[in-house]
Amino acid sequence: MTVAHAWLAVIILTGAAASLARADDLRSPESFSAIGDQADRSRSLFVEAGRVLQHPRCLNCHPAGGRPSQGEDQHPHTPLVVRGLDDKGATALPCVTCHQAENFAPSGVPGRPLWQMAPREMAWQGKSLAQICEQIKDRRRNGAKTLTQIHEHLAHDTLVGWAWAPGGNREPAPGTQAQLGALIAAWIETGAACPIR
Amino acid sequence: MIHAVDPAQQALLAHAIAAQLSDDDSDRGQRATLSRREFLRSSSAAGLVLGFACLPACGALATSPVDRPGPPVHAPFTPNAFVRVAPDNIVTIVCKHLEMGQGNTTGLATLAADELDADWLLVRTEYAPSAPKIYNNVFYGEMQITGGSTSIANSFMQMRSAGATARAMLVAAAADAWHVPAAEIKTENSVLTHASGKRATYGEMAAAAGRLPVPKDVALKQPQHFTLIGKQNATPRVDSLSKCNGSAIYTIDVKLPGLLTAVIAFPPSFGAKVISFDSAEAMRVPGVTDVVQVPEGVAVVGTGTWAALKGRRALKVSWDESTSASLNSDAVLTQYRAQAQRPGTPFAKPADNMPAPATVAQTIEALYEFPFLAHAAMEPMNCVAWLRDGLLETWSGHQFTSLDHTLAARAANLPMDKVRLHTLVSGGSFGRRANFVSDYTVAAVNIAVAIKGRAPVRLQFMREDDTGAGMYRPMYVHAVKAGLDASGNLAGWQHTIVGQSIFAGTVLGSYTIKDGVDAMSVEGVSPSQYAIPQMRGDLHSPALPVPPLWWRSVGNSHSAFVMETMMDELAAAAGKDPVAFRLALFAKSEKGERAAGVLKLVAEKAGWGAPRHMGVAQGIAVHECFGTFVAQLAEVSMPGGKVKVHRVVCGVDCGVPVNPDVIRAQMEGGIGFALSALYYGEIEIKAGRAVQRNFDRYKALRINEMPKVEVHIVASNHAPTGVGEPGVPPLAPAVANALARLGIPRARRLPLVRAGLVAG
Amino acid sequence: MSITLNVNGTRREFHGDPDTPLLWVIREELGLTGTKYGCGIAQCGACTVHVDSVPLRSCSAPVAAMTGRAIITIEGLASRVAKAVQRAWVDLDVVQCGYCQSGQIMSAVALLEKKLKVSDEDIDHALAGNICRCATYQRIRAAIHLASERLASKEGA
Repeated sequence: MTVAHAWLAVIILTGAAASLARADDLRSPESFSAIGDQADRSRSLFVEAGRVLQHPRCLNCHPAGGRPSQGEDQHPHTPLVVRGLDDKGATALPCVTCHQAENFAPSGVPGRPLWQMAPREMAWQGKSLAQICEQIKDRRRNGAKTLTQIHEHLAHDTLVGWAWAPGGNREPAPGTQAQLGALIAAWIETGAACPIR
Repeated sequence: MIHAVDPAQQALLAHAIAAQLSDDDSDRGQRATLSRREFLRSSSAAGLVLGFACLPACGALATSPVDRPGPPVHAPFTPNAFVRVAPDNIVTIVCKHLEMGQGNTTGLATLAADELDADWLLVRTEYAPSAPKIYNNVFYGEMQITGGSTSIANSFMQMRSAGATARAMLVAAAADAWHVPAAEIKTENSVLTHASGKRATYGEMAAAAGRLPVPKDVALKQPQHFTLIGKQNATPRVDSLSKCNGSAIYTIDVKLPGLLTAVIAFPPSFGAKVISFDSAEAMRVPGVTDVVQVPEGVAVVGTGTWAALKGRRALKVSWDESTSASLNSDAVLTQYRAQAQRPGTPFAKPADNMPAPATVAQTIEALYEFPFLAHAAMEPMNCVAWLRDGLLETWSGHQFTSLDHTLAARAANLPMDKVRLHTLVSGGSFGRRANFVSDYTVAAVNIAVAIKGRAPVRLQFMREDDTGAGMYRPMYVHAVKAGLDASGNLAGWQHTIVGQSIFAGTVLGSYTIKDGVDAMSVEGVSPSQYAIPQMRGDLHSPALPVPPLWWRSVGNSHSAFVMETMMDELAAAAGKDPVAFRLALFAKSEKGERAAGVLKLVAEKAGWGAPRHMGVAQGIAVHECFGTFVAQLAEVSMPGGKVKVHRVVCGVDCGVPVNPDVIRAQMEGGIGFALSALYYGEIEIKAGRAVQRNFDRYKALRINEMPKVEVHIVASNHAPTGVGEPGVPPLAPAVANALARLGIPRARRLPLVRAGLVAG
Repeated sequence: MSITLNVNGTRREFHGDPDTPLLWVIREELGLTGTKYGCGIAQCGACTVHVDSVPLRSCSAPVAAMTGRAIITIEGLASRVAKAVQRAWVDLDVVQCGYCQSGQIMSAVALLEKKLKVSDEDIDHALAGNICRCATYQRIRAAIHLASERLASKEGA
């Protein structure tokens, strides 16, 4: 078999695998194994993970400024709420004033324990995926986390996990938290390379 | 709002209402034609009180500066329908109008208490039963109704007379008891005194006063002797405390034995009809007691609101939307724009004796587009109805009492005297609680009838029901073409308006519709506060399946924006100062003196022409609404490309001011209400239903968006006119005029959020 | 199933649907009608109560989540801060229709209990969730400042 045939086979097989998966699934790390160059593979894994990181469910609470956004169209959160001193909201209007430990269908308000904003250093809105990647790896901006801790956070943190069970008519983030965790683990294993831009 | 009707027309009005109600919807039949009349003073309301004893189950109807719960005390001294004095020295004032926040309870009590020389802290208030012969709005004939910002104006002489009469009788009783001339007796703070040292409280003298004949035409105080009327800090609101400690009872709070709560599955689109419904699953919800069809939709009744809501979710209704699901507000707007280019029914034309038209040197043309607006009062519509033993009682924020009474009686198939309305304070209204079908009242009664009066039932609209129910301030389009002569003076004005008539096809249709023109559609344009040369106006009044309604300031809510922004544009085109341009027009108009007065006051107080900060522009507007003249100057900047209104300086001429602080509060509130609409207010209709159904999308102004407001009240001897609505119309044009001065292209389609100018 | 609630210092038992929004339990089971329904979706703030000293929109929390927590409604306000806030509200005649004011006061009390000297921005951020359709906002702001000054002057030397 020639190299071209091999590539063709890979492409066909990958395509077949993709059509078997649901459209909103995340790709598995294995599905990137065809990328020979490790750094390229690492970057591609992160781009796939970026489908979660840059999804409205995540971006809405990772704004650059003091106010979260809301909705699929990421409009400014109504009513006006601000991050406050501890990212948990203003004095006397903390996030938990409205957001409880669970999504609450009667009011339509999403909920998860410890609802809060991501700190300012973890602002992702308005950033490219490359910038987000650098930020996630930067211990000065990621809450002093090691890569292992980053994986733990993304794969297991309960508030992060809300993105896949947002309730109401909200579109969940693609895939599952476990799938994201697998991608991040593979990304770390392959050297945690960031997209070029 | 609608103008006064003289006594000769009252019978015609009653007949008109009866005739309307007996007609089929499709057959309007003969209508009595009623012409407008000037405002009349009422005869003093002497005679017996036809009040109904407050049932113990009513809840706290009485409101007070100091809370005093408990059953009403039998008062031996009740000289008229508005005042009674009890042996414990408490004065109770009966208020015939709905308190929706505008402070009229405090105002009505002030009028009576001042003439009575009562101690304000010993004054209590309660709300009148339905009895239009006694409690009618004096401007509107034999109709008990709150609206048009007329509560204080129509009651001014009546309440003062009521208080003065009571005082005269207390004095006469004291004169008898003390054997001294009445003229030597002084009254102050609910105490009678005489130089000889005699002293008695009103309470102590009440029984004796109650035995005297009631005098007619008691002289009223000269204004220089007012102790409460017009005095700052003399009359704190009577309802403040109960509204600060959770004890005020609104319709949603009423408690009655065995009270059930109902919610209605309303038609999903305007005009949809029930084909069938399946209540099996709804009835299985614990707490659901009934599922009944009523003309308004399908009602789910339960032991509490939550049960009823769960029941409604489980209810399956099949709707016929074959004729209702196509209405689209964008399509309506397109249609209105086209209509605005065609001549309609004339509402203004130059008088025959007008001077010949000047040659027009410059023309400005503009098209203005205004959306549907919901009232969105904080308390959604509701009513409690208790039907038993041939008697119907309702509890609600009844605003159109007489019509609610009539339609409730009809719905219950009872005579009028078997129906009692209890009026409670309401969580706002802005006009919503008065309408031509008494929607929430009749629906509640229909449910009570459907459950055969088994228990009292509260019909509660949820927020989505309330916002989606229609009864909107209609969509309007204005097409204006105004001309200036070579000297930059206004030379002509052509104005076409397109929008639903609020009164057409209603029980009061003939009241304001003359020669095919609904006065409410054109008010603020014609008649105008300005003397506009060569003014021509015409109107199109299309019908839509969305029920229209008056919304705080009614026609002025859109006409003032048009008039006051166009005036600014004309002034700019003429190279003239906007204030001077207006003053020149006021010099020639009937209302000009008062309009000019309030405009100059604001210009002076706000420092017109010298904005205080860089990047902050001033915009000014003045508008007469229901007899009150209001001018506002808005200071506006655009940080980050989004509108910020820093301050509004407001001048108000409402004639004799009764409660200055209430006047200020109504200006503040009217400004905030208007700003909310300017920024965000819009109900879009798609597929026959409202798109915005709650505060997430029908957004409301919040505290961080509220400007500083300074209010200046003109000292005046004119008869008092209202303040509930007049604060609204000038705000939007004042802000728009400031934005224009900042170089922002004029947004002629509201709300401003459409133009990307609002932060949100 | 029974849920034990602590409301205004009193123990109450609730036997209904555990998913019932706290608002309806407060209003209809316990009869405390000072807390209002305005929107049901946590946009208007009329339903605000305090739970363990933190404001809560009672329309947006199931009663089942309230076990073992201290709930205070407008009727139960008793602290020095609360009394000062209510007094300032009355002294400045803040209210118009009044329907939103229980919620406004609950938010204002929560603010001053955590931070006695407040800026206009603090007020904006703490009260932005409370809608007033009568737009009494200017007076709400003034009343919070007034209460704050009065409390501070009693505290101070």
